[in-house]
Amino acid sequence: MPAERTVAQLAQALRSREISAAAVCDQCLAAITRRNPSLNAFITVFADQAREQARRADDEIAAGRYRGPLHGVPVSLKDLIDVKGSPTTAASRVREGHVAAADAPVVTRLKEAGAVLIGKTNLHEFALGTTNEDSAFGPARHPLDPARSPGGSSGGSSASVLAGMAYASIGTDTGGSIRIPSAACGLVGLKPAIGEISTAGIVPLSSTLDHVGPLCRSVEDAAIVYDVLRGTTGENGAPETADGVRLGVLRGYFTAVLDTQVASAFEQACARLRDAGARLADAGIAHAGDIAPIYLHLVLSEAAVYHAKTLESRGDDYTPNVRQRLEMGRYILAEDYVRARRGRELLTTEVDAALAQCDALLLPTVPIPAHKIGVSTVRIGGSEESIRNVTLRLTQLFNVTGHPAITIPCGATPEGLPIGAQLVGHTGATTRLLAVARALEPYLGPGRSR
Amino acid sequence: MTIKTWLDNAVQDAERRGLPALRPLLESLAQAASALRTADWNADATDESHGAPTEPHAG
Repeated sequence: MPAERTVAQLAQALRSREISAAAVCDQCLAAITRRNPSLNAFITVFADQAREQARRADDEIAAGRYRGPLHGVPVSLKDLIDVKGSPTTAASRVREGHVAAADAPVVTRLKEAGAVLIGKTNLHEFALGTTNEDSAFGPARHPLDPARSPGGSSGGSSASVLAGMAYASIGTDTGGSIRIPSAACGLVGLKPAIGEISTAGIVPLSSTLDHVGPLCRSVEDAAIVYDVLRGTTGENGAPETADGVRLGVLRGYFTAVLDTQVASAFEQACARLRDAGARLADAGIAHAGDIAPIYLHLVLSEAAVYHAKTLESRGDDYTPNVRQRLEMGRYILAEDYVRARRGRELLTTEVDAALAQCDALLLPTVPIPAHKIGVSTVRIGGSEESIRNVTLRLTQLFNVTGHPAITIPCGATPEGLPIGAQLVGHTGATTRLLAVARALEPYLGPGRSR
Repeated sequence: MTIKTWLDNAVQDAERRGLPALRPLLESLAQAASALRTADWNADATDESHGAPTEPHAG
């Protein structure tokens, strides 16, 4: 895979002119030409525009006008995000003929930072799914095993970074859609705190659960992209080493349904963190059993509002599974939606309480490694679980509560499929979470540099 | 409206609209709605709390 460098490492090479942005852009475009036919990660490739942006970046850097660590760096965008003059398909036939009239604010910030926008990536149609299988453009596939899903809904984004077709990608996360594909592909994926990054110019799934953030190769890269998307520079006041970091390890519901290899990798990661001096204590969320019904009522009700008109006029243009899930939302009663809102307040106070005595919460990201495309259930601990339910199980809570969360690779199966661990930070404190994550990152995965 | 009445109506409506495949999804939604309605954090008109959010439990 060509893009073994992180954004931070590439930025140094570009700034010192050890390598040109044009050459890096060509490498990514060559990777797209070589691998996209089998991976189906991209819906649109901006080859000409990307080469022009890269050439401009080289000229500016040569002239001493260095803009920052994304200057000249190829970045892909989930195809829910508006880029002026190009289609935003949302991986749906419902969006046929659409051309964005303006850049989304996150795209404006990427352009101002000098990023090279390499293309728009495949996704689960309208982001309503965790596998990327229901797409008008066909499924995106896992770079390590094309018979498997790269996760979703930002599956084309994760595949694009892992396969070296981009150095980072911008995804969206409504129930785990940045963290699930990042974990499946061995990447770092950040869901910032709710409301920190504008979702304007992005096709919505759920008005109160949608988040925007990066998928990339390291926590440092996540911080770089986060700062650009937010338009600020991070202020790092948190610990810089693992020694003394206080972690609440979520148990009960959060470790009750885990593939044995995921459970083993997670416990080994906990042991490495203890050895490094982190202080781990078990924690729980009393009403964790209510997370799924609360999430379901919020996400489907809010999605149904956006899709009601086209479900009536163009229902057959949706993929069947996505259409059915959207139709479910149209049957939810207002009183049950309000109950879910009340449950959301309770879960938020419970996550705050669990965080009160620690720097971050720690839990696995996804209970299973990347699964085969086409399967709808998985057997865990003697019971058959729905892929959709199980993949959302550990991530959706933090969309409901809005706490920042990040997934970091913490191991792999014997077949080499990545496994992720998730850190959750205090309300509104994404920068602090990033600092904690950066301190712990070297110890979470076996064999990572220390 | 009770969950049973709601489900019966929803299934009937989905079938009328040519969406019979919705039945199992509506049944799972009924289970989820039932879980919400029976959760211990719900308030009702006899509560002392008058619907104030429940205090978080330890654990």
